This record gives sequence, C-alpha cells and structure tokens, in this order.
Amino acid sequence: MSTQSSTPQAAPSTRLGTMAATRLVAGREITTQVRSKSFVISTIITVVIIVGGIFAMSFFGGGDDDPSPVAAVEVPAEVVQEIEGSGFEVTEAGSMAEAEQLLRDGEVDAIVTLDPQSPVGVHLIGLDDLPMGAAQQLSVMPTMDVLEGDAADSMMRYFAAMGFGLVFMMVAMGSGVMILQNTIQEKQNRIVEILLSAIPARALLAGKILGNSILAIGQALIMGASAVLGLLISGQTEYLQMLSWPMLWFVLFFVPGFVLIASVFAASASLVSRQEDSGSVMTPAMMLVMAPYFVVLIFMNNDFAMLVTSYIPFTAPVTMSLRLFDGGVAWWEPLVSMGILVATTALVMAVAAKIYTRSLLQMGQRVKLSAALKSSD
Amino acid sequence: MLELHEICRGFSGKQVLHDVSLTAARGQLTGFVGGNGAGKTTTMRIILGVLAADSGTMKLDGAQLGATARSRFGYMPSERGLYPKMKIAEQITYLARLHGFSKSEATARAEDLLGQLGLGERLKDPLEALSLGNQQRVQIAASLVHDPDVLILDEPFSGLDPFAVDLVLRVLVERAQAGAVVLFSSHQLDVVERLCDDLVIIGEGRILAAGEREHLRRRHGTLRYELASETDLGWAATQPGILVDSQEENRILFQAESEVAQQLLSQAVQRGQVTKFGPVLPTLSEIFREFTTDSTDPAAENAQEAAR
Repeated sequence: MSTQSSTPQAAPSTRLGTMAATRLVAGREITTQVRSKSFVISTIITVVIIVGGIFAMSFFGGGDDDPSPVAAVEVPAEVVQEIEGSGFEVTEAGSMAEAEQLLRDGEVDAIVTLDPQSPVGVHLIGLDDLPMGAAQQLSVMPTMDVLEGDAADSMMRYFAAMGFGLVFMMVAMGSGVMILQNTIQEKQNRIVEILLSAIPARALLAGKILGNSILAIGQALIMGASAVLGLLISGQTEYLQMLSWPMLWFVLFFVPGFVLIASVFAASASLVSRQEDSGSVMTPAMMLVMAPYFVVLIFMNNDFAMLVTSYIPFTAPVTMSLRLFDGGVAWWEPLVSMGILVATTALVMAVAAKIYTRSLLQMGQRVKLSAALKSSD
Repeated sequence: MLELHEICRGFSGKQVLHDVSLTAARGQLTGFVGGNGAGKTTTMRIILGVLAADSGTMKLDGAQLGATARSRFGYMPSERGLYPKMKIAEQITYLARLHGFSKSEATARAEDLLGQLGLGERLKDPLEALSLGNQQRVQIAASLVHDPDVLILDEPFSGLDPFAVDLVLRVLVERAQAGAVVLFSSHQLDVVERLCDDLVIIGEGRILAAGEREHLRRRHGTLRYELASETDLGWAATQPGILVDSQEENRILFQAESEVAQQLLSQAVQRGQVTKFGPVLPTLSEIFREFTTDSTDPAAENAQEAAR
C-alpha cells in the first residue's frame, strides 16, 4: 500500500455527480460558517439571552412585595396560613360562587382550592388568564385553571406567537443574508467561474440551500432547546407541556419554509455582482422573511386573517403553528397547508435554479429578472 | 487536440461569436489574441462548458467534448478570484474534491502543489493574508490541482509581477511538454510571440487568422528588408520601387518587391561593404494591428469617438 500512496492517483475520469457536488458545497458552507467567530459568538449570546431571559422573568416576575389577594374556598386553616406565608392575602370565601364573584369583581387575583393532584396541594384559578404571577409565588408550580375562555389564552399565547415569529424571522434573516452575501461574494470575486467549470450551477445552488438550511434548523433547534432549558431551570414546566405539540409542527413547517426563503435569497443574489448592489434585490426577500412576524403581531386576534395566512406558504410556518397552539384546528388543516408550502417551495426552487444558472455569469449591471428568465442557457 | 467547429453564440439578440473554429494541439502553447470584446473570454467559457454555445461542435482528440472530459480541464479566469477568508490549503483541497478527488488525495495534492509553488509555510493562512504575488500563486494552484490535460487561461499574465510571470511561464511550458493542450489569451503580444507555437487571432467574434506563428508572420503583415552598409545609404531612398520606413546613415528599413530589393543589394555591394541584408518578418503586434484595422471601420469608430 505504501507504494500506492506515494504515486498520485490519476485524475478521476468521471465528473463528480450532482449529489456528491451538492454535499461538498453544503459541507463548505457549514464548516466556513460554524468556524467563523461571529457565528459562534452570536449563537452563545442568543442562548444566554433566551435562558437568562426566561429565568429572569420567572425570578423577578412576581416580584411585587404587596401580598396578592386570593380567595380560598374550602381550604383548611393550616393551609391558609401556609399560603399567607408565601405572600398572599387570603380572603376566606364561603362557597365557590362567592369566590367567583370576588374574582370577577377584581377583589382577588385568583381562587385557591384544595387539589390532591397538585404538587403543592392547592389549585389556582384565574379569571381569563392563568394566574402565573400568583403561581410563581409558590415554591412549586400548582395546578391552574381559568374561569373564562381557554387555558392557553392571552399572555401564554402572546408569548408563543412572539416565540414562533421571532425565531423564524431571526433565523431566516440571518441565514438568508448569509446566502445572499456568499452568492454575491462568489460572483464578485469570480470564483464562480472556477466552480462552474467543475460542477453544474444547480449543484452549487442546491449545496448552498442544503448547507444553510441545516445551519438554520440547527440554530432554531438551539433556540428551542435554550427555551426548554430556561423553562426547566426556572421550573415552569407548565409551559413546556402546552408548547410541545405546536413546537413539533413548527419544526416540521420550518424546514420547507426555510428552503423556500433560501431559494428566494439565492436567486435574488445571483442577479447582482457587487455587494454594494445587494440592497435593491434584498428588500423583497427581506419583506417575505418579516411578513410572518408582523402578521402574527397585527392579526393575532383576527381569526379570519389567521386562517388565511396559515395557508399562505410564506406565513404558514408561523401562523399555522400558532393556530395549532390555540387548538380547534382540524387534523387535515396542517397537512393541507404543509402540502401547499412544499409544492410552492418546489416551484420556487425550480424558478430560482433557472434564474441562478442564467445570471451567475452576468457581471456588471444588475441582471433584469425578465432577462434572466428569458435567456437561453 | 482540441477542436472548435463553427461555434456561434449571442447574448440577448446580439451575436458575439460568428462561426468560431479553432484548433489547439497537444504538446505546445497556443496563443489566443484579440482586442477587448473580441470574444476571447466567451470562447473560453464555451470551451469550459460554463456557457453554452448556440450552435457548433467541440471535440477533444476526435471525441465529442462532454462533461467527463471537462472534469480534467483547468481554468484560470481573467478576473482572479478565490474565497478570501478560506485557508489556502483548504480551498485548493475543496476545488480538487469538486473535480472528483477523494478527500485524502485532494489534501495531499493541494499541499504538495502549494509546496512546489513556495507556499508550504502558509498552508493554514487565509488567502487575504497573503501578498498579491502569493495570491496569484494560489490562483495558479487552483487551476492545476487536478492535473488537467487541457489548460485554458484567460490573461494569465495580467497583473503579475515578473517572478510570477516566470512561474506561470514555466508551468505552462511544463504542462505542454507533458502533453497537455494549453490555450491562453493575452494582451502582451510580445510574450505571446515569444512563447506560442500556434496563434489564433480573433476580432469582433470572428477568427481572423490562425496557424503556426512563423507561417503567419510570413503570410501576413508587410514584408520588409533591412540593409546596412559601412557607407552612406542616402542614395537608396530615391531608387524606384522602394518605400523607406526608416533611415539612418548606414541602415535603412524598406518595403519593396523581392527583385527590387535584390537589385538594391547589388548596387549597395558595388558602393561599399554591406554588413547586413535580410528580410524582416512583421512582429505579431504589426500583424495584429493590420487585422484589427482591417476589421474595424475607422470612419465609424471616429464618428463614435466624436459623439462621446
């Protein structure tokens, strides 16, 4: 074997397959970024902010010193004392109806009842919002419920919406800009000519999308894991149970949703040949990335808008996840929405490959979209 | 042998290449010259398969040129570029792998080649940390790492310092001697003239002339004679049938029919001792100028110039 290794092997006689080339390009995209300091630092900062933020919220959340007023129903005196010891001002209510009246009048923040299922032996009931503030004053999370509406309503819902929207926007924007810069950089310093003399343009595009998608999904998972970690550390396991199912869907939607965004960014980038020109092609792609976040922010309580946007491919990953979180979604709805998303992604990828292949070697002025689609190579 | 046969190509309705046919033989250097926008880069990109031809055929050693044969092509684009922030050994390894080498073989080749080019100490440095001259060497490595048997180089000497020019020259000659097809374009006509055995001249997307260098020199341009004598040659300029290009006291350079030139020589011999007589072949720049002035309409060009 030693003689063989000393004589260089002849150049391979077959061209590298598209799949193998794609993997190589993807590998380079990933290693270059993972090794860059800015990537490592920003990832660490993100984890610290998420874990720290959640932890701080639970720690300082119920931080007012005034005892919170609660109504106790059929709670023995020693338990009442224990609750008062945790910083509550307890009003004894004769019956459940009386306690509910106190809650509706705003005299108390929550109703306390005995509950053998609860880890601390009591059960908290809020009006239309889970009494998180009150619950956090207890050493261990009690069981909770609300008098009116869904348990998952309001604050938690807002939290989930912001979570899905922000994660999607931040990750897609970060990776999208990365794809944009890489593509323009390859065009600007002309390495693209050397690359294209070795591998087909569609392998280059596919590798870019694959590599950056893996990175983006990795980042999203890191953010998700940090959130879970933060909730675990601060003992807010209640949220975890509520989030697990929609989060799984969110991850499922995220994959094609991100590939869609990545294709748009790569195709846009191939139209220009200088970083200075990137602004003009970046704006439309950026708007697509920001759309889901602003849609949930503005239309969170508009059922019709949420219904419509949960079927629009660009907003579906976020709005459908939020609708799933709300509940009341038929089993086929996420599947249909996913189908539309996957089909759109495939279509956009095909168009992007066309634009990418045709404009990659056009240097100088920005390539007009119509020209890129019409040209014949 | 690399052969192009009647390659045509247009960009958005404008025809850039008109029936371009050329051959580049193995074992020698073929120079590809032409003005800016003549179609050199487009032709080279088509040979490499980076661009598609609208029509025409290409063959390598008689076989239709396809993706497999092209995996052994090496290319140096006119505008140089590699990844500025990537370590040089890694980047050359990456390119070798894109050409189909296994990871270990690609790494070995890249490190070996960079070592040969005098960059053995800098393997782990990012490209942007190197001096311009060293960056050029990395660029050369990028086009050679997969041991190409067809080398296409677009302006390989532009922007090179003299050391790098010598390096590139050596590499090109070595590759040609090893039996590779080497086709390169250059604006430096003196370099092309000195190096190339074969020449292809292109203008406005058409091949204007092609063939062996000496053959082209004899066939094109204006044949001139040089006559030098120990006596004053002032009388020679007034002889019939003689057009003097330059004249010094003891030496003239003139255009004339072969017979007229011989008569002038015999007269000169009678008048004194002739130290030198012989035909002067046109230089490549002269041939090139002849072709390019033929092919462009000077009046139209002047009008354009005036309009600016």
